[in-house]
Amino acid sequence: MLLIECPHCGPRDESEFTYGGESHIVRPPVPEALTDGEWADYLYYRKNPLGKHMEQWNHSAGCRRWFNAVRDTGSYDFESFYRVGERPPGEAS
Amino acid sequence: MQKYSLLTIARNAVTFHENWQRAWRSPDPRPEYDVVIVGGGGHGLATAYYLARNHGVTNVAVVEKGYVGGGNTGRNTEVVRSNYLWDEAAWLYEHSLKLWEGLTQELNFNLMFSQRGVLSLGHSLQEMRDIARRVNSNRLNGIDAELIGPDEIKRLVPIINTSPDSRYPILGASIQRRGGTARHDALAWGFARAADAMGVDVIQNCEVTGIRRNSDGVTGVETTRGFIGAKKIGVVTAGNSGVLANMAGLRLPIESHPLQAWVTEPVKPILNAVIMSNAVHAYVSQTDRGELLAGAGIDSYNGYAQRGSFSVVEHASAALVELFPIFSRVRMLRVWGGIVDTCPDACPIIGRVPVNGLFFNCGWGTGGYKATPGSGWVFAYTIANDRPHKLNEPFALERFTTGKLIDEHGAAGVAH
Repeated sequence: MLLIECPHCGPRDESEFTYGGESHIVRPPVPEALTDGEWADYLYYRKNPLGKHMEQWNHSAGCRRWFNAVRDTGSYDFESFYRVGERPPGEAS
Repeated sequence: MQKYSLLTIARNAVTFHENWQRAWRSPDPRPEYDVVIVGGGGHGLATAYYLARNHGVTNVAVVEKGYVGGGNTGRNTEVVRSNYLWDEAAWLYEHSLKLWEGLTQELNFNLMFSQRGVLSLGHSLQEMRDIARRVNSNRLNGIDAELIGPDEIKRLVPIINTSPDSRYPILGASIQRRGGTARHDALAWGFARAADAMGVDVIQNCEVTGIRRNSDGVTGVETTRGFIGAKKIGVVTAGNSGVLANMAGLRLPIESHPLQAWVTEPVKPILNAVIMSNAVHAYVSQTDRGELLAGAGIDSYNGYAQRGSFSVVEHASAALVELFPIFSRVRMLRVWGGIVDTCPDACPIIGRVPVNGLFFNCGWGTGGYKATPGSGWVFAYTIANDRPHKLNEPFALERFTTGKLIDEHGAAGVAH
């Protein structure tokens, strides 16, 4: 079981959360201008790395807010938690 | 290949079973092969077997980072069935089920294939409508399927709780009587032995660390045992498909998730069918050793470690105890996880990728085991002929661009 630290509520059990997949996927500003390939890339293709993964979680049985996390998909260890609209802590901007 | 029969058992008994031939050789890799298959699980070994058997391509190596069948092949829960909703998937899985029916004889290896029937329970009116639709679709495709009510379910599986007052009331089920279970290790071993007998090199403890390519296409694989040249490369690495794609500079519409299963202590024969329920995300069967073998849905998060979260096991076990109150005090022996490569439409990707000579067979997600022989059959055809077999043509990577997805989330369900 993962221990997840909601940036709003603090550390809680995984069972309070819903997973939201890869984070920082930007919705295309003009979807109708995309080619089929670009649309497929936005909709279906994912990084799916072995290692550091930037992902979204929702504290669905708590404050019900979305937030971001960086987690290692090999060890399941969380590196950081941060709010929606922010970039991961320590990332060169 | 030394044939397994009553006679050879008797003959070897005389020499205290000390002179059995090894089931397959353990060769050093040659400098180059016509085809290198990455991944020595069931699908990879089946591909090598059918390359040799159907297409006469025997200059083939199967490279495996661990031992044969030690990944998802040895971690699944052995369910075999073909009751899929859409034509494309139904034909592929049914082709596979037909191969299963003759495979023990063909491979001369006891796969312990047992067509004990697979029941998919329905707990709500909407679920019953979906099940009825799937049964009708199966029958139109010539796949055996029946819709049965609670009385018939109770007759087949007396220990199940069909009380209307239960937490998950059982309104009915679909049953595929030709479905059942088969020993997963035996499948890997049988294919490895039969492929080896036709000249395929099965190379274990040989991890692929890179895919070498030039402007024309692939030239071989970098491994922990040195470079191995290859005219064609078939990648069949399930949960690690994304890692292999990355080596070739590709991205796939796939995410890797942990999927868990568990067994209880062995008990007397008590359950003679595979019972699955999509709504409670759990399924159970009894192995020939007597263990109750159960599984859940995937853990929601991406993961490459072969373990998941306890809450998933707890949730599915609680549901199974509601369905089978008699299981409440049986003790759990082992819990384990595998990494499954899930696709957005719950269907596999089988075919060429945008690099010459490179082929991927992946995205089977939670339901690849049952398809092993059929998957190997069509993938071998694709590699040998540089074009897909008509059964796997709809499962090309291009479907994510054209939008012609095959939505099998309902039939893919949870039984793996």
